[in-house]
Amino acid sequence: MTVLEDAPAAGQAPAPETVPQVDFDTDPAQYRHWRYEVDGETAWVYLDVAEDGGLVPGYELKLNSYDLGVDIELYDLTQRLRFEHPEVRSVVLTSGKDSNFCAGANIRMLAQSSHPWKVNFCKFTNETRNGIEDMTANSGQTWVAALNGTAAGGGYEMALACETILLVNDRSSAVALPEVPLLGVLPGTGGLTRVTDKRHVRKDRADIFATKSEGFQGPKAVEWKLVDETVSRKQWDETVRARAAEAAQGSHRPSDAQGIALPPLRREETADSITYPNVRCELDRDARTATITVLGPEPGTVPESLDRIHALGADFWPLAMTRELDDLILRLRTNELEIGTWLVRTQGSIEGALAFERVIAEHSGSDWLVNEIRHYFKRTLKRLDVTSRSLIALIEPGSCFAGALLELALACDRQYMLEGIFEDADEEQEPAQIVLTESNFGAFPMGNGLTRLQSRFYGDDETVAELHERTGERLTGAQAEEAGLVTDAPDDIDWEDEIRILLEERASLSPDALTGMEANHRFVGPETMETRIFGRLTAWQNWIFIRPNASGAEGALRRYGTGRKADFDQKRV
Amino acid sequence: MTSARPKIDFDAKIPNNVDLASDRKLQRALERWQPNFLDWWGDMGPAVDTKDVYLRTAVDVGREGWAHFDHVPMNEYRWGVFLSEHDPDRKIAFGEHKGEPVWQEVPGEYRADLQRLIVIQGDTEPASVEQQRFLGATAPSLYDMRNLFQVNVEEGRHLWAMVYLLHAYFGRAGREEADQLLARNSGSDDSPRILGAFNEETPDWLSFYMFTYFTDRDGKYQLGTLKESGFDPLSRTCEFMLKEEAHHMFVGTTGIDRVVTRTAQLMNEHDSEEVAGAGGIPLEMIQKYINFHYTVSLDLFGNESSTNAANYFTAGLKGRWQEERRKDDHVLTDDAGAVDAVRDGRITTTEVPALLALNQDLRSEYMGDCSNGLKRWNRILQKHGIDAQLYLPHVGFNRQVGAFAGQRISPDGKMISEEEWTANEGRWLPTDVDKTHVRGLMHPVLEPGKIASWIAPPTNGINDKPVDFEYVHFN
Repeated sequence: MTVLEDAPAAGQAPAPETVPQVDFDTDPAQYRHWRYEVDGETAWVYLDVAEDGGLVPGYELKLNSYDLGVDIELYDLTQRLRFEHPEVRSVVLTSGKDSNFCAGANIRMLAQSSHPWKVNFCKFTNETRNGIEDMTANSGQTWVAALNGTAAGGGYEMALACETILLVNDRSSAVALPEVPLLGVLPGTGGLTRVTDKRHVRKDRADIFATKSEGFQGPKAVEWKLVDETVSRKQWDETVRARAAEAAQGSHRPSDAQGIALPPLRREETADSITYPNVRCELDRDARTATITVLGPEPGTVPESLDRIHALGADFWPLAMTRELDDLILRLRTNELEIGTWLVRTQGSIEGALAFERVIAEHSGSDWLVNEIRHYFKRTLKRLDVTSRSLIALIEPGSCFAGALLELALACDRQYMLEGIFEDADEEQEPAQIVLTESNFGAFPMGNGLTRLQSRFYGDDETVAELHERTGERLTGAQAEEAGLVTDAPDDIDWEDEIRILLEERASLSPDALTGMEANHRFVGPETMETRIFGRLTAWQNWIFIRPNASGAEGALRRYGTGRKADFDQKRV
Repeated sequence: MTSARPKIDFDAKIPNNVDLASDRKLQRALERWQPNFLDWWGDMGPAVDTKDVYLRTAVDVGREGWAHFDHVPMNEYRWGVFLSEHDPDRKIAFGEHKGEPVWQEVPGEYRADLQRLIVIQGDTEPASVEQQRFLGATAPSLYDMRNLFQVNVEEGRHLWAMVYLLHAYFGRAGREEADQLLARNSGSDDSPRILGAFNEETPDWLSFYMFTYFTDRDGKYQLGTLKESGFDPLSRTCEFMLKEEAHHMFVGTTGIDRVVTRTAQLMNEHDSEEVAGAGGIPLEMIQKYINFHYTVSLDLFGNESSTNAANYFTAGLKGRWQEERRKDDHVLTDDAGAVDAVRDGRITTTEVPALLALNQDLRSEYMGDCSNGLKRWNRILQKHGIDAQLYLPHVGFNRQVGAFAGQRISPDGKMISEEEWTANEGRWLPTDVDKTHVRGLMHPVLEPGKIASWIAPPTNGINDKPVDFEYVHFN
């Protein structure tokens, strides 16, 4: 991310910590920073930031710089292009300003923000950029960055998320990553990683680029592979249109389909609960836990045809549930910092879950909407994977952890499954069961490119293969434990104490150590660009953020915009 | 104070006082750039076909007698590299390096910032030549044509000054930037000049005088702050450029003097303010041109509060106007300053750390300086018995940059509505009708000593030559 060329004054001390409750609801009519136009098979997306539109007081969004509010709109926009515009096959990302493309994340915002705010902001922006790459790869909507002015820091990182980058050749506009030389932090929204891993820039050149605050103009940027093409102003419009048309070729999107609307979510909030039609969350602030319950579909509600799925649109259970879960994860992550443990439950009929699963499996290869829903659930699971909370799955009677929903449990750090039933329950119960399906073997890969089962049994392909043989089987607590699919399967006598002690113990541990430990355990095995961004790049960035050289009173981030130079502690650590 | 005056090697291929002969690499680099410069001059320089022009050429950098005057073909003008006198004891006067000896080499830490400052300054020099390319064809007299060309060749030399710094101190990146200075062109669709104001054509001579009065004066103030730089070669370069720049402002000041004089004469002759019919430029129109050029030039100073300016100051790269005469600590970390602001629909000020208020500080100095011209011109009106006065509009009027950008403010400083602005814009800023009138007056006068109808003759010639001297010879 980053870099504001000429920050406005706001006084030398950072503004008092203001942590507003962040709302992720928006729609194009409410956008203040973006607009898009769909022209045939191409969507033209314009970044045109309102200077006075910051999410929090204390900074002005000059030079098309952005904050979380700007990125929330971008996320909403990507979702609308996916679901509301099936006709779109290429997306041109450009600036609505004459003078520059984007100066990156707003520095005053970063300087005045608390550490958790910065981290959450970076995580969300990273997820959106990964999502843009996912659109190119899996949604048949290929992104083209048309840099009609200088793209610095986070501005260039946004372009890096696109498949193709064009830079205007006017002998002034440049691409740059000035974070290291100007701010003493990293280009942490994938910048460092994508320059080497995606664009294959040689490491010595990457080193020069990331320390040269002014960056490179068109011809050199092409030579060094930082952009794909540089185009004179005269040829600009024509070339961008041509590249957009080329990008649209080969898309599997249908040309005659109707999009589905994404209406506002139905959400009820109280001080200690957030309730949607298909997802419930109760907060226990004393215990610092959230209990998230995903409500499964009713068996009889499976749509019998694709037409019916399209007619249901946002009410089609898998999509409705995923939107709600996505929103809940974002809200809890941003607004409930002290809720350190999330208990993940499901409730509903296994038959229903499996029936929906079959519909998805049947059509996700052929129908654009079903395909979108599958990838949306995949990305939502990935959000869970990188969430800095302890995740505990509770698998109880009446739950429906089957197939895709079982991924929710597998995403957790631990899984507890009741063996048998609760003896004192009022209603008659079936013992809890889980079911593996094909979905657990490739439909929802993690950031490391592996399935959650492959990650769980890393280095033990044999076990994964054996489990593959058991798809469709109803596994009870004891069987699941035996198969290694759950951590423990206490019976009714031990359940309550086991869970209580587990949670109390968890709550007593250092939140920071837990975050680090969990992230290490969740992402085993091979590195991908995504894991490198969330693991290596983000972890280093977050370390640098809290170091005095960045965020101390004399650090580069805090000194930026005061006209005073950072005073570094010169010891290398 | 000991001082060494570097001798000018005027016979060298590139005249200089930086001992170019002893630095073969630099010499080669500059000699390689020279033909590109001459090509650029041929393509983008004055479009009038002249044999030679009575020009001054720098031959020394001392206090007296630094220039030599003679008729020279313009493409044989001796553009060179001249730095002012060297003071071996000079110390950095401000910022966190205050008191340290000035740098003779670029500190690695400040390479990017210094390069940027020099490139931006350098970009404006050839830009104005390009903007004024076609003006010679409508010069109101040979005297004025000569002044235009003098300004042009010296802007060309200022480009040389910046290119020298880029070549001598910034390695390959500097040489590439030097090439770009010729590749960008004013008003080009493909690769325009960096600053917006330098992409507007100078369409007529009234605009030219206004440009040299108001916009070149911005240049004077920018050079004045770079003259304070801790990077000594930049400081010495700018100090000498300021000497040349003074003439450019003289052209503007006296040019407007003469326009006002002529208008006053016509007003008296016809006993009317309406002098357009008599081939003059009405006072009201002059006022509109002042309003436009003054406010566009105010924009060149950037945002009222500026991080870049603060960084440059702290680093010792760019000081304040007359830094050393100021009575403060020259570090400014503990001081505050007020900058213009618009809050709740009112024009007011905000207090910010003094370091952030440096652009406003420089703009205030500039505004004070600009008002001197107004006093001159009003004295001329008074001498002619005319009560009407010219004035400088409010700092918030017609601004595109900074706190007032996007606000509607009248010349007398009132916040007004969009409707009120639209209704009055034509009274405050040049309209198409005004521009057409002024352009319609632009006919060349090529006979020595003769002058166009809309402007009074100068009171003195150049270098003690008479006004009717043949300043320009044609082929």
